[in-house]
Amino acid sequence: MNIKLIISIAKSLLLARWKQTLVAAIGVTFSITMFITLLSFMSGLNDLLDGLILNRTAHIKIFNEIKANPKQPINLSKKFKENYNFIQSIKPNGARQEIYNNGAILKALKADNRVMGIAPKITAQVFYNVGTIDITGVINGIDVEAENRLFFFKDYVTTGNYIDLLNVPNSIILGKGAATKMLANIGDVIQITTPKGDRIQLKVVGYFQSGLLELDKVQSYASLATTQKLLGKPNNYITDIQIKLFDITQAPKIGKEYAKIFGTDAEDIQTANSQFETGSSIRTLISYAVGITLLIVAGFGIYNILNMMIYEKMDSIAILKATGFSGKDVNAIFIIIALSIGFFGGLVGLLFGFGLSSVIDQIPFNTASLPTIKTYPINYNPKFYLIGTIFSLVTTYFAGMFPARKASKIDPVVIIRGK
Amino acid sequence: MSQIVLQAEGINKSFHDPITIPVLKDIIFSINKGEFVSVIGKSGCGKSTLLYILSTMDTDYEGNLFIDGESMKQKKEGQLALVRNAKIGFVFQFHYLLNEFSVLRNVMLPGLKLGTYSEQEVEHRAMEKLKILGIENEALKMANQLSGGQKQRVAIARALINDPLIIMGDEPTGNLDKKNGEIVFNIFQELAHEFKQTLLIVTHDNEFAKSTDRIIEMDDGRIIKL
Repeated sequence: MNIKLIISIAKSLLLARWKQTLVAAIGVTFSITMFITLLSFMSGLNDLLDGLILNRTAHIKIFNEIKANPKQPINLSKKFKENYNFIQSIKPNGARQEIYNNGAILKALKADNRVMGIAPKITAQVFYNVGTIDITGVINGIDVEAENRLFFFKDYVTTGNYIDLLNVPNSIILGKGAATKMLANIGDVIQITTPKGDRIQLKVVGYFQSGLLELDKVQSYASLATTQKLLGKPNNYITDIQIKLFDITQAPKIGKEYAKIFGTDAEDIQTANSQFETGSSIRTLISYAVGITLLIVAGFGIYNILNMMIYEKMDSIAILKATGFSGKDVNAIFIIIALSIGFFGGLVGLLFGFGLSSVIDQIPFNTASLPTIKTYPINYNPKFYLIGTIFSLVTTYFAGMFPARKASKIDPVVIIRGK
Repeated sequence: MSQIVLQAEGINKSFHDPITIPVLKDIIFSINKGEFVSVIGKSGCGKSTLLYILSTMDTDYEGNLFIDGESMKQKKEGQLALVRNAKIGFVFQFHYLLNEFSVLRNVMLPGLKLGTYSEQEVEHRAMEKLKILGIENEALKMANQLSGGQKQRVAIARALINDPLIIMGDEPTGNLDKKNGEIVFNIFQELAHEFKQTLLIVTHDNEFAKSTDRIIEMDDGRIIKL
């Protein structure tokens, strides 16, 4: 088969009806444009929403849960080993939230090459004192630098400088909601009550805004040392170790491993936030479904136009066959027509899709709950462009396949004698 | 004895819709190289049907057909297309030029399909054929800009491009006025006598037929005179 000749015939047929060709190509262009834009935008939004949680959540959190000891004495007794023992009203035994021997654990974690970084943390329940009223709150004692490196702490400190937590002794970064309630300005000194009843004064050096309003009404941040001091604990006291891994998908496996080795509880991010993954995957599914529907509609347009072209070109097809072009050649001509509509329409669609996404990327998008976001989020993943290209070629191929097969089956005798 | 170009061996054909009607009955004849043959007969006697079977386009028949000594019966669609491309030139009642292409390109297409010569050579040969037919000045016009007579001459040039073994014509002058008909007829005469081209022309024009070398007369699906 002479490919060059087939292509030149296909080209002439295409250009002879350039208006129809253009309409078909615009159909493809439009659907690819929307496909790219939709997926980029949807995926950008997904990343944003996931980032809201994922950026700030440890891949694995090591902590001690307050719970009853699973090893009860009666189960250890040889005498009752064969029995099924009912035990009622068990209470957690003098559990401490502190992670025991955490120095050794931190050292072991630092040596593990699957771990990107670790950030120790203390969670302390407190009351913020506003005049005579006490508001419940939580102070997170954090390793400021590690927290910023792993969980982008800086991005969420909307006012003030996060590093002041280290530089200013007895300082606190208040949740925006909590600060509003307390009418606390930067530089003010607020008073809190610890669970043990001690009253401690802290200086406000910044506001923290997580994007989750409820959280901001409760949460505040202080340095590890400040928190240890207000709890009256020694400087090796920590309650949580947050671990960020290089490969997030390994989290459940490694989490279980750590729980066993360190004799603590370990919670992985997949278990803690499964609802986010579900949401993301469903949003992605919807965008793909809409995009592919658009392409299929464009495919029907191409199918129609090719079908019409075949009726119009019946004579030409007959004569091509009479002069020695086989059914295969005719089939190839129409497949090439369809594919070139798909290819050029798709190519322009990719460019337009990129353009439209860039435009959306410039549209201002300010919301109180998302302090770091200034414009609509767009994900310029090359994967979408690849999928768009493949889909435009595949749908146009199928749209062209049936008319092309019909054309290849045209019997020249019927056409020529019919005159 | 001269070389046999085309041989029909007991060709039978029937139309089956709505009832079975035999249209060709036991057709046996052969054509030698260099012969100028015409087929005449009344309308509906099956002469065009026979021509389409001989041209390999219609494959629904019984009996056997040999072109250049090769049986056409067992060949597949693609192989028959190759035979048509290389060995048969066809001129129809209607010109059937492709309006999307220039005259030159129309003539060149079967040559490019055959692929024996390079594109430049095919173009050169196409110009030569157009020159023989006296329309080389129209070469670069689009096909639909020509007059009816000119179009039919382009169609003949296209039939000639691959130096076919045989040229078949289905009432090639049927759609033309007298003057153009004569021009086309003279071209066929010239091809037959000067270039020793084998020709098989179906016509209902008895005058046309008389000036050919051999007349095959058909009636009711049979050959009544060879």
